[in-house]
Amino acid sequence: MKRDDFSWMIGGAQGSGVDSSAIIFAKAAATGGLCVFGNREYYSNIKGEHSYFRVRVSKDLIRSHVDTVDMLATFEEETIFRHALEVRSEGAIIYDPDQDTKRLDQVPTIEAQVRDALNAEFIKNGLSPDVKGILELARRRGVHIYPIPYDDLLKTTGSKFGETSLSALQRMLNVMAVAASFALVSYDEELVKEAVKKQFSKKPKAAEMNAEAVGQAYKFIGEKYAGSFAHKLSPVKAEGVRLFVRGNSMVAMAKELAGCRFQTYYPITPASDESEYLEAHAEMDMDGSPTQENPQVAEVAAMKTRGSITVVQSEDEIAAVTMAIGGGLAGVRSATSTSGPGFSLMAEGMGYAGMNEVPVVVTLYSRGGPSTGLPTRHEQGDLRFALHAGHGEFPRLVLASGDLEEAFYDTVRAFNYSEKYQTVVIHLVDKALANSDATLPMLDVNKVKIDRGLFVREITDAVDGQFERFKHTPNGISPRPPVGTKGGVYWHTGDEHDELGHISEDPTNRDYMMEKRMGKIDLADKEIPLEDRVNFFGPENADITVVSWGSTKGAILDAMDWLKKDGISVNFLQVRLVNPFPTEYVTELLSKAKKIVGVEMNFSGQLIGIVRERTCIPVEQLVVKYNGRPMSSEEIYDALKMIHEGKAPKKLVLKRGA
Amino acid sequence: MALKFSDLKTTAHNDWCPGCGDFGILNAAHMALAEMNVDPSNTVVVSGVGCSGKAPHFTKTYGVHTLHGRSLPFATGIKLANPNLEVVVEGGDGDGMGIGAGHFVNSGRRNVDMLYIIHDNEVYGLTKGQAAPTMGLGMKTKSLTAPNINQGINPIMLAIASGYTWVARGYAYDVRHLKDLIIKGIRHKGFAFLDVLQPCPTYNDIQSKEYWAGEGNLDASGKPQPRTYKLEDTGYDGVVHTQDEAEMESKVQKAVLKSFEFGDHTPIGVFYQNEFIPTYEERLAGRSPSYKTNPPAAQEIARPDGTPTTNISKLLEELRVS
Repeated sequence: MKRDDFSWMIGGAQGSGVDSSAIIFAKAAATGGLCVFGNREYYSNIKGEHSYFRVRVSKDLIRSHVDTVDMLATFEEETIFRHALEVRSEGAIIYDPDQDTKRLDQVPTIEAQVRDALNAEFIKNGLSPDVKGILELARRRGVHIYPIPYDDLLKTTGSKFGETSLSALQRMLNVMAVAASFALVSYDEELVKEAVKKQFSKKPKAAEMNAEAVGQAYKFIGEKYAGSFAHKLSPVKAEGVRLFVRGNSMVAMAKELAGCRFQTYYPITPASDESEYLEAHAEMDMDGSPTQENPQVAEVAAMKTRGSITVVQSEDEIAAVTMAIGGGLAGVRSATSTSGPGFSLMAEGMGYAGMNEVPVVVTLYSRGGPSTGLPTRHEQGDLRFALHAGHGEFPRLVLASGDLEEAFYDTVRAFNYSEKYQTVVIHLVDKALANSDATLPMLDVNKVKIDRGLFVREITDAVDGQFERFKHTPNGISPRPPVGTKGGVYWHTGDEHDELGHISEDPTNRDYMMEKRMGKIDLADKEIPLEDRVNFFGPENADITVVSWGSTKGAILDAMDWLKKDGISVNFLQVRLVNPFPTEYVTELLSKAKKIVGVEMNFSGQLIGIVRERTCIPVEQLVVKYNGRPMSSEEIYDALKMIHEGKAPKKLVLKRGA
Repeated sequence: MALKFSDLKTTAHNDWCPGCGDFGILNAAHMALAEMNVDPSNTVVVSGVGCSGKAPHFTKTYGVHTLHGRSLPFATGIKLANPNLEVVVEGGDGDGMGIGAGHFVNSGRRNVDMLYIIHDNEVYGLTKGQAAPTMGLGMKTKSLTAPNINQGINPIMLAIASGYTWVARGYAYDVRHLKDLIIKGIRHKGFAFLDVLQPCPTYNDIQSKEYWAGEGNLDASGKPQPRTYKLEDTGYDGVVHTQDEAEMESKVQKAVLKSFEFGDHTPIGVFYQNEFIPTYEERLAGRSPSYKTNPPAAQEIARPDGTPTTNISKLLEELRVS
């Protein structure tokens, strides 16, 4: 398999600007019409531990990261030690020659396992355990090494602005590394300068100085290394309006569009970025103008033009979910956003929402568990828990998004389902999605429809001032005026209750109420169209049928493209609505499949278990990963190839990623 | 049409034990709501779990009987989503100071404009009389197999330390006085906390109705002396009258000192009141000016054809690269 895209990596200590430099790189590439996919890996730490950012760019559509690095941009020694051997033959490493003598044992943040493995390499190859040694090892593997005298270039840059403080100049190190990278692949210098200026748009002097740093890097590379690196990167003409989005803001934007006006959260990685985005964009435009289809001017003119979302940082996740349910009781689209440990605390609250038929959306950013687990790393270990969290039985819908675009539209669906079926909806996203960045075609807000189900704003049929909130209806859904509606009152309770909402332990009433609530899942199963529940990719008949869910989607699709070129046909069933499960469709599809392969980022193959439970079809071949690093398209490609050749164990565990 | 006391009765069967202090609290609450002539459909009574948790079912306003310990966050969500509602929260001492203690403390920090009434009987009634967080160390009610091994919480002091801006205590069988306190608490701008001494005739044989009436608490002439007295009768003034920080500090100190009086000489009435602390709703409006005029529950999020009214084009424009 040969890639014709470009995989770039930058690393450094957390808090040293790795993130912003990667964003500059990604935006410069995106502005040049290229397709970009980036992802970030970091420790549960504020400052000092190693973090790195991969940005993959291509003129064609890409949806995932790869493990091999075409170019590694560094400005300190730890990144060199950790990632130099990930660079492919004919790839490049950019580094500061002042680091040459830095020794491996002087880097306290490198774990003993990593250090021992590297030391073994040094001994085996007869090299000194320092930067020079590791770069020599890379050179022997065919990697081009590019020393860049950062300090000299920074001083030259500073002299043009009268800036002599070295610490001030060193804030431009990242940009220098980005610019040197682009210069080596002969990318348009102006696009890089533009991206830098945009990044520093609020600090004009810094913007100018960083743009000058870009110029200096280009000048140096042009004079010293012109034409030495074979890979070239050129802008292309992109079609249509494109966006460059950060994963953690996608769900937030969609929540605003969906009309979510109350969000609660307790700080947790990686979920709280979403709530912080909402806090920062709490005030929003609300458009009162009539639509083409609906020119009821008077009605819409009354709509207010400014709205806001109320975001509350609560004392814990129990408060977060129960406050959100309170918002739902008051008739407001409400949500909370969390990760595994917080979700565990929400179990009882979700049961209350189920029992009381309150719409509420819980956005669950799954991360490495159990317990505190791997708080900043990726895993899809919460699917079973999302399906079953809480005591007793209550209806819930569980949907899982596969990429950022899906996460956007699924967010709106989550609110629609929660109001239509008057219950809790768990929207599963994950760390890999939250910390990925990608170019996307313009989002189509015209595709978005809001369906509030039987939400009503008045009570006209109260008897003696009392309204039957849980009224018997043929399909189990009762009209839902919020608390505070004029014309009557009703009650809510976590106890079993009658139609008014008063406590009732009557067995006949209990039967009815259980059937009313649980029947809503059957109703959702009948009503929600298949295209909103599954995606199917590839030929109808294929050698391999992959079954997966969530953020493995992009890597699977990219791997399928390569496998197709190798003559291996693969199709892919992505389950998006896990409850109610699309049993009939999946049964029919899988009963025709030649070889079914379950691909999941967890230990046990949770979806595959659900598939067996629902369809009675066993999936014998599993590809799983639980080391906290998302699956790359390369390793899925290799895995499926191994399976195709009959060389894979029944449970193939993927291990890559630093 | 004026709201009558009897308008607040519901058809739900009241299954509290005969002689339960909850009846006094319920009656006082109904008297207060009737006197204030509230709109029942604009009023929400939120409760936790336990005997007191059933109070909403006996009150003909909107009622939300929530989970054990969680009445405050539920109520906070309701009130912030629709700040025009009148929200009264009720719960037991175990509900509020045991399982819900975290919410109790943090609700004080928020100062949402609501009233929280704790039915304080020192036992967990519905689970047959275990010691609740307000019961003192070494106390042994007939329901306990051994004297209480934990120290009791001082709810008044905890409320003041947590930031409640109106802190009072009432007695379940001084219904008129309690009614006045409930009215004051509802009218208070900010989060009001009302601790109500509530005899549990079934499990707490120590702090009984007779105990509070003065049984065994005899004066020099051998006459039983009630164990509660009214703060206002002693000239006590816990109200912060000016924005002066020194005054606030001294009122807090006075109230905290007062809160240590308990037992034979137990104060009821308003310990502390401060309306100079901004409510959470005001703080939200400071962040989002439209919160006040167009709060969450008032916003029309969709047109009749289902298209969203929210315009996110500015957000999308920020992300545009080509």
